Amino acid sequence: MARHNHKSRGAYKPKNVGQTIKRILSYMRAYWIQLILVILLVLISSSASIVGTFLLKPLFNDHIVPFIGQQSPDLSEFLRLIIIMAIIYASGAIATFGYNHIMINISTGTLYRIRTDLYTHMQTLPIKYFDTHTHGDLMSRYTNDTDTLRNMLSQSFVNLFSSLVTVIGVFFAMLILSPVLTLIVVVMLLLMIFIIKKLGAKSGKYFREQQRAVGEVNGYIEEMVEGQKVVKVFCHEDNSKEAFDKLNEKLFEASKQAHSFSSMLRPIMGNLSYIHYSITAIVGAILALTAGFDLGSLASFLQYTRSFSQPITQMSEQFNNIIMALAGAERIFEVIDEKSEVDDGVVTLVHAQFDKSGNLNEADHRTGIWAWKYPQENGSVTYTPLKGDIRLTNIVFGYDEDKTVLKDVTLYAKPGQKIAFVGSTGAGKTTITNLINRFYDVHDGNILYDGINIKDIKKADLRRSLSMVLQDTHLFTGTVMDNIRYGRLDATDDEVIAAAKLANADSFIKHLPEGYNTVITGDGTNLSQGQRQLLSIARAAVADPPVLILDEATSSIDTRTEALIEKGMDKLMEGRTVFVIAHRLSTVRNSNAILVLESGTIIERGDHQDLIEQGGRYYQLYTGMFELA
Amino acid sequence: MIRKLLPFAKKYRWYAILAPLCIIVEVLLEVTIPRIMANIVDIGIPSKSLEYITKMGILMILMAVSSLFFGVLAARLSSIASTGYAKEVRKGLFHKIQDFSFKNMDKFNTASLVTRLTTDVNHAQMTFMMTIRMMVRAPMMFIMATFMSVSLNARLSIVILIAIPILGLSLFVIAKKAYPKFRIMLEKYDKLNGIIQENLIAIRVVKAFVRSDYENEKFCDIADQVRETQVQAEKIVIWNMPIMQFVMYGCMLAVSWFGGNLIIAGDMQPGELMGFLSYITQILVSLMMITMAFVMFVITRASLARINEVFDEEVDIVVKDQDIITEVKDGSISFNNASFSYIGKKDKLILQNISFSINSGETIGIIGGTGSGKTSLVQLIPRLYDVTEGSIHVAGVDVRDYSLTHLRNAVAMVLQKNVLFSGTIKENLKWGNENATDEQIIEASKAAQAHDFIMSFSDGYDTMLEQGGVNVSGGQKQRLCIARALLKNPKIIILDDSTSAVDTTTDSKIREALRSTELFSKISENMSAQKVTAIIIAQRITSVMDADRIIVMDDGKIVAIGTHESLLENNDIYREVYESQQKGVVA
Repeated sequence: MARHNHKSRGAYKPKNVGQTIKRILSYMRAYWIQLILVILLVLISSSASIVGTFLLKPLFNDHIVPFIGQQSPDLSEFLRLIIIMAIIYASGAIATFGYNHIMINISTGTLYRIRTDLYTHMQTLPIKYFDTHTHGDLMSRYTNDTDTLRNMLSQSFVNLFSSLVTVIGVFFAMLILSPVLTLIVVVMLLLMIFIIKKLGAKSGKYFREQQRAVGEVNGYIEEMVEGQKVVKVFCHEDNSKEAFDKLNEKLFEASKQAHSFSSMLRPIMGNLSYIHYSITAIVGAILALTAGFDLGSLASFLQYTRSFSQPITQMSEQFNNIIMALAGAERIFEVIDEKSEVDDGVVTLVHAQFDKSGNLNEADHRTGIWAWKYPQENGSVTYTPLKGDIRLTNIVFGYDEDKTVLKDVTLYAKPGQKIAFVGSTGAGKTTITNLINRFYDVHDGNILYDGINIKDIKKADLRRSLSMVLQDTHLFTGTVMDNIRYGRLDATDDEVIAAAKLANADSFIKHLPEGYNTVITGDGTNLSQGQRQLLSIARAAVADPPVLILDEATSSIDTRTEALIEKGMDKLMEGRTVFVIAHRLSTVRNSNAILVLESGTIIERGDHQDLIEQGGRYYQLYTGMFELA
Repeated sequence: MIRKLLPFAKKYRWYAILAPLCIIVEVLLEVTIPRIMANIVDIGIPSKSLEYITKMGILMILMAVSSLFFGVLAARLSSIASTGYAKEVRKGLFHKIQDFSFKNMDKFNTASLVTRLTTDVNHAQMTFMMTIRMMVRAPMMFIMATFMSVSLNARLSIVILIAIPILGLSLFVIAKKAYPKFRIMLEKYDKLNGIIQENLIAIRVVKAFVRSDYENEKFCDIADQVRETQVQAEKIVIWNMPIMQFVMYGCMLAVSWFGGNLIIAGDMQPGELMGFLSYITQILVSLMMITMAFVMFVITRASLARINEVFDEEVDIVVKDQDIITEVKDGSISFNNASFSYIGKKDKLILQNISFSINSGETIGIIGGTGSGKTSLVQLIPRLYDVTEGSIHVAGVDVRDYSLTHLRNAVAMVLQKNVLFSGTIKENLKWGNENATDEQIIEASKAAQAHDFIMSFSDGYDTMLEQGGVNVSGGQKQRLCIARALLKNPKIIILDDSTSAVDTTTDSKIREALRSTELFSKISENMSAQKVTAIIIAQRITSVMDADRIIVMDDGKIVAIGTHESLLENNDIYREVYESQQKGVVA
C-alpha cells in the first residue's frame, strides 16, 4: 500500500444521500425478487417477536392467575397458548435465518458488481487521472470504502429495517396495552434522541480530528520507512523516533476522545432503559393498585420496554455506519463517474496478407504483415499496409493548461528509422513518446501515423502497434515466463525464451531457482534494476510490434552488459521504426537522427556525426562539458 | 499472541484494570435490578404498600443511575487504555523498525511495514478494547445472571442449565467451523488488494500493451473468489442468530410453562417468573457476546501475528557488550579474507575471500558489472551488513568492535538509491550534522558542487523539498546527498554510483574537492587538516580513472587492482569497459 490520501479520508459526510442510496439500489436491482422476500421475512421475524411478547399478557391473565391455588386446574388452554407461541417464535427464527441467508447472496453479489465496476472502469481512465491521484487514495477506495460498504450491505440495511419495524411495532403494542405508560416511553424516546445527537456531534468532531492525526502519522511512517536506509547511514534513528513520538501522542489524544464518546453510547442507552424500566414498574405498580391495571399487562409492558431501547441503540449505531458507508460509496462512485479516455478512432489494426493478385486482405492469423483497416462511408473497408511512418507537426502540449511542456515540436520518423531524443529531465523527451501512444492528447498540432491522424485510430490498435519499454520497469506477480508473455498473450514458451535470449536475459533467468518458472513477487523486488530492465526488453521483443519506443530502457544496465545485448537490440530494432530516449549517449550514437531537446523545443537535430561537427549542445554533452540533469 | 503484546499496556495498566472493575460493578447492578423488580411485583403489589413500591422503585433508579455512571466511566477508562495501548504498540513498532539493520529491512517490504504500523495496530487496539470490555462484561454477566436465576428458583433454573451447554456448544462449533473459512477469505482479500496495487503501479504498462481486458479478467476472477469465500464463511456465521433465537425462545416458553405451573401450585410468585425471564435474556445475550468476541479475535489474529513478526525479528547487527571502541583514528581500511552472503549461506556467496587494504587518505575507484558485488563490498565497511566470514578493519580495528554510531559517523556512505526528506534543503543537509553552521553548510555544498544551483532557487537553502525530493533533478539530488554526507565530517566517504546523473566536469570537480586537505577544516572546527579516504563506485570510467588505485570486480571477486594505466594494459575486463565507453568519441 502506498500513501493514503488522508485529506479526502476526512470527508465523513456524504454529500448526496438520496442519489447515493439510489445508485446502490440500482446495483441490487438484479436481486429485486430476493429483496422483496427479505423485506417480507424481516417483517415476519420482527412481528413474531412482538406478537410473542404480546401473548405474555393472556398467558398471565387468563391461564395462570385464575388458576392460582386450584387443586386440579385445566391447563389444556395454557398448553395450547404455549404451543401457539412456540410456533410463532419458531417461524420468527426461521424467517431470521431465511433473510440472513438471502442477504449474504445479495450483499456479496452487489459488492462483487461494484468492485468489478470500479476496477474495469478504472482501467479505462486516462493516464492523467493516475497522475493526479495517489495510489493510496485509489487503494483506500478498494479497501476502506468497500469494507464499510460491505458492513452496511450485510448488516446495517437489514438491522436498521428490522429495528425500525420492531420499534414501531412495539410502540403500537405498548399503546394498546397502556396509553398512560406509553407516555413515559415518549418522554424517554425524546431524551434518547437528544443524547444520541449530542454524543454523535462530539464523537464526530473528534473522529475527524483523529483522521487528520492518522494522516500525519501515516505520512511520517511512510516517508521514514521509505528512507530507512538513509536514516541508518546517518545514525538518525533517535531523531526520527522523537519526531514520531510527538505525532503519535497527538493521535492518541484525538482517538482517546473519539473512542470515549462513541463507546459511552451503549452504557448510557442501556441504563436509560433500566431507568425507564424502573419508572414503568413503579407507575405500573401504582396503576395496578389504584386503577386495577392487570399483572399480565404489566409483565408484557416491562418486556416491551426492554425490547424498545435495544433497537434504538442499534439504530443509532447503524446510522453512523450507514453515513460512513454512504460517504465511502460516494468516493467509489466518484471514480466510476470519472470520464474514460476519449476514443473516437475508427481505424483498426488487423493481420493482413496479400492475395494472388497482390491485393492486401485481412487475415485471421498472424502473418507478420499488419494493415490499417479503414471503414468507408459507403460501408466498405479499405486496407493500407502498416509501415511505421510517424510525423509530428507543430505539437504544443502541457500536462497543465498553463504550463507548456512542448512548444511547437515538429519531427518525423521514416519507416525503419531510429530516432533518438537527448535532453535534460523535464525537457520533454518522454512527453513526446506519451503523445505518440496517446497517453495524453496534444493541445495543438497533429500526429500522423502512416498518413492517418492518430486520433482516428482506435486507441487499443494504436498502442498494439507500438511497443514501449518504459523508464520504470514494472513486473507482475507471476512467473518470469508470464511476465515476458505479457507482451503477447498467445506467445509460445519457445517464443518467450527466444525473446529472452534476444534481450540477453536468458542467462540470468536460467540461474534463478526455478528458471523461467520462478515466481516474481512484489514488483520483482528480488531482481536487480538491470535484470528487470532486461525482462522488460524481452517483453517488448515478444510483442513483436512494428514500432518500438525505448525510454531509458538500458539505464540501469552496465555498459559491458549493454554491449553484450547490443546485438540483440540491433536485431530487435531491425526493420522497425524506433524511438530511443537515453541518458547515456553511447546508446544513441548509431541513430538515424538525434534530436536534442531543451525546455520543450528541439534545439539541434542530425546524426551523431553532424551534431559533433556542429559543435553545439550535443557536442558539449558528448565531451562532458555540459551536465544532463 | 495477545500475551506477547501485553507489556505495551503497562503504561496504561491502571486504566486497563479499573475499566473492568467498573464494568463488574455495572454488571452487578444490572443483574440485581430484575431481582428488585420481582420484589415489587410479589411483595409490594399483593401487600398494596405504595410505600414499599416507591422505596424499591427509587432504589432501582438509583442503581440504574450508578450503573450508568460506572458504565460511562468504564467507557472512558477503556478508551484511554485501548488507544493508549495502541499508541504504545505503534511506538514500539516504529522504534523497533528504526533499530532494524539493512538485512532486516530487506526482509520486509516498505508497504507491508506501513500496513503493520497502521491497519494492524488498529486491529490490535480493537482486540484490546474487546478484551477489557466484552470479555469481562459478558462472562461476568453470564455468571451473575445464572447465579441470580438459580437463587431465584433452583428448580426452574434447570431449564437454563440445559440450554447453556446446547447454545454454548453450537456457538463453539460455528466459530470453529467459521475460522478457517474466514482465514481463506482474508487470504483471497489480500490477493485482491495485491492485484489492484500492482495494476496501479504498472498502469502505463497495462495501457501500453493494451492489456485491460486481461487485467479485468484477472480481477474478476479473484473478486469472484472473494465473493465465493465470503459467502462460504458467512453462511456458517448466520446460524448464530436462529440458534440463539430458538434456544432463547425455547427457554422462555419452557420457563413460562413450568413457572406457570409452579405459580398455580403456589410454589412461585408471578413477579419471580418475570424476573426469571429477564435473567434468561441476560444469560443468553452474554453467551452471544462471548462468541462474537471470539469471531473478532479470529479476524484480528492475523494482524497480531504480523505485528509480532516485526517484534520477533532479531536485529542482526549488534554491538558487543564491552570494550567498545568509540574513536576511529584514521581512514585506513583492510579486508581480510572477507566473504559475504545476503542470506548468510556459504553456498550463495556474493563476495568470496576478499582481501586488500586501503591507506588513509587514498582515493579508490571500483568498477564492475551489474551484480559483480561492488555495492555489497562497500556496505560492509560501515557495517550495514556483517561479513559472513573473515573480517574488515577500519583504522586497524575490527568494525564489529566499534560503537555503531561512531563507526557510521566516521564512514559516510552516499547510497545508490538515495532519499531526501520533506523539509528545506538546509534541514536535509543538517542530517549530516545537526549543529552545522550556515558557513559549514555552504562549504560542504560548494565542495559537492551544489551551492550554485541551490542559490539559483528563489529560496536558496530554505527551498522546500517535496517528499522524496521530487522537485530537484536527478543530478541535483545526488549532489545534495553528497553534501549531506560531507557534513558528517567523515574519515572515509563512499560514493556508490552517486554521480551517475552528474556531468563529467562537475563530477571531476567533486572528486577534486574530496582530495583537498582544507575541506574538512572548513566544514568542522575541531578537525585538523586531513585527507579523507574516498571510495568511488562508478559505471563511467572517467569517474574513476584518476583514482590512486582502481579495483575491478567480477562475479564477487576482485580481478585486479591497479592504476588506470596498468589496468588498461593488463586487465581485459577493464579494457573492455573502457572501450565500450570510448567507441566513437575520437570520431
